[in-house]
Amino acid sequence: MNVKDIEFCIIRAPGTNCDTETSYSLEFFGCNASVIHVNKFFRGDIDIKSFHGLVIPGGFSYGDHIRSGAILGKLLKNNLGESLLDFVDEGKLILGICNGFQVLVEMGILPGIKGFTQDPTIALGKNISNKFEDRWVYLRNDNEGRCIFSKGIKLVRVPVNHGEGKVILPFGREEDTLKKLIKKDQVVFRYANPDGSSANGNYPFNPNSSFSDIAGICDPSGQILGMMPHPEKAFHRITYPDWTRTGLDGMGDGYWIFKNMIDYLKNKF
Amino acid sequence: MGILDASDKELLLLSNEKNLSLSRSEMLKIKKYYIKLQRNPTDLELETLAQTWSEHCVHKTFTSKVELNDGQLIDNLLKSTIFRVTNELNKDWCFSVFLDNAGIVDFDGDIAIAFKVETHNHPSSLEPFGGASTGVGGVIRDILGVWGDPIANTNVLCFGPIDLPYKQVPHGFKHPSFVFSYVTAGIGSYGNNIGIPTVNGSIFFDESYICNPIVFCGSVGLVKKSRYFTKVKPGDVPLLIGGKTGRDGIHGVTFASAILNENSEETSVSAVQIGDPIEEEKIKRGIMLVRDLGLATAITDLGGGGLSSAVGETAERSRCGCEIHLDRVSLKNPNMEPWEIWTSESQERMLISVPSENLERVIEIFEDEDVEAIPLGEFIRGTKLNIYYNGKIEGNLDTDFMFGKLKIKRKANILKPKFDMKPLKTQKEYNQDLISILSSPNVCSKESIIRTYDHEVKSITVLKPLQGINCDGPGDAAVLKPLPDSWKGIAISNGINPEYGKIDPYRMAASAIDEAIRNNISVGGRRIALLDNFSWGNPENPDCMGSLTMAAQACYDIALGLDTPFISGKDSLYNESNSGPVTPTLLISALGILPDVRKAISMDIKKAGNPIYIIGKTYEELGGSHYYKINNHQANNPPNVNPLRAKGSYDAIIDAIDHRLIKSCHDLSEGGLAVGAAEMAFAGGIGLDIGLTKVPKTHMREDHVMFSESNSRFIVEIDRKKADKFEEFMNGNVIACIGKTTKNKDLIIRGMSSDLIKSDLYTLKEAWQRTLR
Repeated sequence: MNVKDIEFCIIRAPGTNCDTETSYSLEFFGCNASVIHVNKFFRGDIDIKSFHGLVIPGGFSYGDHIRSGAILGKLLKNNLGESLLDFVDEGKLILGICNGFQVLVEMGILPGIKGFTQDPTIALGKNISNKFEDRWVYLRNDNEGRCIFSKGIKLVRVPVNHGEGKVILPFGREEDTLKKLIKKDQVVFRYANPDGSSANGNYPFNPNSSFSDIAGICDPSGQILGMMPHPEKAFHRITYPDWTRTGLDGMGDGYWIFKNMIDYLKNKF
Repeated sequence: MGILDASDKELLLLSNEKNLSLSRSEMLKIKKYYIKLQRNPTDLELETLAQTWSEHCVHKTFTSKVELNDGQLIDNLLKSTIFRVTNELNKDWCFSVFLDNAGIVDFDGDIAIAFKVETHNHPSSLEPFGGASTGVGGVIRDILGVWGDPIANTNVLCFGPIDLPYKQVPHGFKHPSFVFSYVTAGIGSYGNNIGIPTVNGSIFFDESYICNPIVFCGSVGLVKKSRYFTKVKPGDVPLLIGGKTGRDGIHGVTFASAILNENSEETSVSAVQIGDPIEEEKIKRGIMLVRDLGLATAITDLGGGGLSSAVGETAERSRCGCEIHLDRVSLKNPNMEPWEIWTSESQERMLISVPSENLERVIEIFEDEDVEAIPLGEFIRGTKLNIYYNGKIEGNLDTDFMFGKLKIKRKANILKPKFDMKPLKTQKEYNQDLISILSSPNVCSKESIIRTYDHEVKSITVLKPLQGINCDGPGDAAVLKPLPDSWKGIAISNGINPEYGKIDPYRMAASAIDEAIRNNISVGGRRIALLDNFSWGNPENPDCMGSLTMAAQACYDIALGLDTPFISGKDSLYNESNSGPVTPTLLISALGILPDVRKAISMDIKKAGNPIYIIGKTYEELGGSHYYKINNHQANNPPNVNPLRAKGSYDAIIDAIDHRLIKSCHDLSEGGLAVGAAEMAFAGGIGLDIGLTKVPKTHMREDHVMFSESNSRFIVEIDRKKADKFEEFMNGNVIACIGKTTKNKDLIIRGMSSDLIKSDLYTLKEAWQRTLR
């Protein structure tokens, strides 16, 4: 398929606030990325089928009342549930960034070890600092090849901007769950030290005390990725916090994640 | 209520009983007007006049006639100082100044920049989280109120000392550390939730803010000049957009001019509003679409005074009247009195005027965002506001009377405190003094707070508040690149130094203006516009009025000399409690532009082996300095500004930045040369070796050279190979090469005969970071 024929939908709800830069990061390649209010799906004005990729961007959907991402997660599940599974079955892509990751987890579509679950299998809890934090981190790609979004990526530098991003696995079954995730090659990004070695839970390289330094996971098909850090905010070097020292050559690290999405869809359809 | 035959005493009693904050002469003016009408005012009318005539809404003090103790008379303080600079400079890039909710200047083609800074002091004292977050929400609505798309927020906060012993907290007030945590949480929460980056600010601690914290909230937005609709036509419909109206925030503006006391929390907590950033985010989306489609004729926010101000001002501005039906407003609390609905300051509401043919489409746009939009009536010919509730007339007000001139007179005493000018003892070395200054609360790192504010959202912040090799050095100004297809940028900075205000308010104001501008120059900002925000005590006290007058006069002198017009401003007076007034506090915010953000300069040292220059002359100006503060010492000489000399070097620095001659640049302020050098060194993780003998200065002691806070000075790092060229560019200005950057991670400041400072960067940075970690 030609790039200009690729259609992305950036879903927004009240309180979504990273839709503009997310849409920019996709349209940069020449495709279309329309920002669409969820109400339009719920009213049946728009059909999800007409898109090749779906992105749930960052923000505070519905004020993150109850829990981060809980309301939008349940709304999407109840209104679009089955059609989203069909969407993935057709080979299409879903990306959730920050609040979008929280939404995917609340929907139960991630990690999806045993399919679409009734209740969340993992949770994104309060940062260990008990605060919202804005800082740049390093992510190491630990995926063996299942995840479409991270192909060819080794180490990326991107910002985190969240208060609730600590990956929590089921209490008492953390190691067991982790093993299952690894077995299905679902662990994608881990927080790392600047040299790429494991952050080992150390603050601030692991900014929220996520279990096993996990920053992003995919579903067993590799077509759904959820990640707390923001690749769309590391798209150009000019938004890096220290570009006045390191220069402006080349694209930002986040670029490669979006490029992988485009390349995949171009070949697939 | 029998106002017609009330005695003077009864009038005042009535004003107090109803929390109207109206003075005797104002009550008399109302009485006279209603005698002419041969009827008593309704509750709603009286409440409306109290809101409209409040200090918050009309700035009576700033427009008053001032009588100075030296016999001088100033007819209108604002017109003869701040407005006058702007008028005399008459810049063609000023698109809208002082008229609207925010000042607006040109940016790129049809796109202009709106900037506004507000205070939210009294509410933040009673309810720190709610007060501060609604401060942010309110100033964002000021930007929406000029059809602006808000893209960045700023905040400057003043608190009592956070280590204040609990016994010293006055009864009925909150401990400064509580106020500090909840105000910063409130600011972060609102900005983060609505998705607007918080990019610039500062925090200042002083005893005088224990009962009266100061919360300045700013917002910057993008305006489309071709979509700046401000003219209502009779027949247009006033449409109320947003949240429901409730009893929260009644009497907010009159409360703003009251002196706080131990009972304030009980008596006035209804004046504090409750914020909902998600509601405002939805409103913003709707408003931007209505703007882009050109479906409305005017807009304003509902802030102080609620509907009464919004409807009144919109009508008055277009010289028309309005018919309003209050029963149509949707309410949070049932059984609200009509005057309560009319004056409630419930948050997240806007008023737009819509031609009737577009009404359906506009309501639909807001419905799509889950936002209520209610037509309240109709704009009409004439100057009358007819306010109905369930078909019954509740008020009939003439905007000519409401907005008529209120001329008051204020007495002002110009005082100059005199301190004993005994010098401090000299020492062999000053490592400990530098460490004490670096770790003092007003200089130390604010990273722990800055990181709780999202400064990345929207992905337009290209020079962030924290800079350097570990992204933790103190940046001078934020730079934004708001347009995806243009390298043009916006630089935002601020200047504030209440320490100087305790000695000389004129020099404080001069220094604040210079600091805001040089922070902007440091990163490459030019064509700078200024905003003023005064937070003072009770202006009815002649001493307080005197310091206000001095500061305003400095605003004229210095801003004119530096060629920087004021575009917007706000004053917050009556910041007093039983323990006294706040120290005179002037915040100056500066908005500059950069033709190409790729040439922006950060403050961290980049490389070892480069020469270091100081720009600007150092004077014997230690009054109010941090060096004296940590040594419990005082003097009468806070820094002054020589605008002519400063302007020359500012222009030259910008020229050098554009020619890529400067590697890093940091302005010198609190703590002077020693602190500026330390910050640059530890932010870059590269050592500095500098000598004081070459520093251009008047005859003075070496410790004074290191710690004097003289204005208009910078330290710059120059590429080794470009030093000659740089000197050529700076020709005619005061500069000197004072040392170089080094591989050793030490800061060395050499005196004539010995090293005055020699410390490793780790120790210095640790001292700077530990206080508020």
